[in-house]
Amino acid sequence: MKELFAILIGAMLVENFVLSKFLGICPFLGVSKKTSTALGMSGAVVFVLVISQAVTWLTNEYLLKPNNLEYLQTIAFILVIAALVQFVETVLKKLMPSLYKALGVYLPLITTNCAVLGSALIFVERDYGFVESVVFGFAAGLGFTLALILFSGVRERLETADIPEAFKGMPITLIAASLVSITFMGFASLIIS
Amino acid sequence: MAEKKTKVSVLLNGLLNENPTFRLLLGMCPSLAVTTMAKNGLGMGAAATFVLVGSNLVISLIRKIVPDKVRIPAYITVIAGFTTIVQMLMAAFLPEINKQLGIFIPLIVVNCIIFARAEMFAQKNGPLLSVLDGIGMGAGFTIAITIIGSVREILGAGTWMGIPVTVNLFEPAVMFILPPGGFLVMGLLVALFNHLTKKKKEGNGLECESGCGVGCPGCSKAANGGEA
Repeated sequence: MKELFAILIGAMLVENFVLSKFLGICPFLGVSKKTSTALGMSGAVVFVLVISQAVTWLTNEYLLKPNNLEYLQTIAFILVIAALVQFVETVLKKLMPSLYKALGVYLPLITTNCAVLGSALIFVERDYGFVESVVFGFAAGLGFTLALILFSGVRERLETADIPEAFKGMPITLIAASLVSITFMGFASLIIS
Repeated sequence: MAEKKTKVSVLLNGLLNENPTFRLLLGMCPSLAVTTMAKNGLGMGAAATFVLVGSNLVISLIRKIVPDKVRIPAYITVIAGFTTIVQMLMAAFLPEINKQLGIFIPLIVVNCIIFARAEMFAQKNGPLLSVLDGIGMGAGFTIAITIIGSVREILGAGTWMGIPVTVNLFEPAVMFILPPGGFLVMGLLVALFNHLTKKKKEGNGLECESGCGVGCPGCSKAANGGEA
């Protein structure tokens, strides 16, 4: 239990996926313009991350490992994730139309979110068990949510700020991200053992 | 896109006009994550260039055979194949850099630059032009992340390619090799690039919600009603 808690806090705050591991920067910069879209995107990411962690773990353990095919991990994982995202989309559309409405547009974008493939590769690297992998995925998703929502608040304020010509658009966003990232450095000394 | 392109202009396009990192803002994850040292930037750039050239070549060859409906999974498989090759080559010949880059080598699969070029270029052009485009884009990416890496390494550790350069001029600010420094240096360099080229392009690679530019698989999927 204690270990799981450590993984949860670790993946969420200490090594926040976006702000300290640089995974999922594209959606972080892309959909953080408004808090409402940020919420939708992060909901979809948490959802897919948890399921994909479970599925990729099983793929790795029962398909790749017994057949000595670990070198195919990258290909296998990305195909599993792409298929899974498509599957989740179809199922949601059919069974939970209201949830689909909220998350639908963000789902296809998740295949190329490096956070999803990244966390699959991390559980392999760290040799996590099934439960640990899923908890790790959930925590990574929460960390992503936290970063995205905090940052969208900052960005909403940037809209009205007076910014030098060359800095308009992406540069100032990156600098704002840098400042948000500094605040997360504060968690770096938080080690749970 | 319709007009005839000369080979030289295709090759140079990636270096300046459509520099993937500074202009199109594609592939941000590796550009920020691995650039704590100039050497890592160079290694990452070389790996990505290899995948880019290979996948551009194969995709331009198979573009007429693959049905439009399944092109995204097909392209992803091609790209993943080349990424696996690069992963194995790096592990065998450059174990040290491979260790430094860690999961960002397999993550080349989801690097938007590669997919964007497949969608925007290789799909529409012949093999020779596609390879040239791959080389140009790859070189542009490599140069850009090596510059970011150099700035961060010099300011943050006082070395360049592992050689001490600042000696006692100033105390290196560790912040630059930590994550916030990545965002900061990247932001400043993009601003500098914008200022120098002065060609303000609206949208700046943000036409699509994912923030990965127009060629991202996610966007094209979304645009086509997610058929893949």
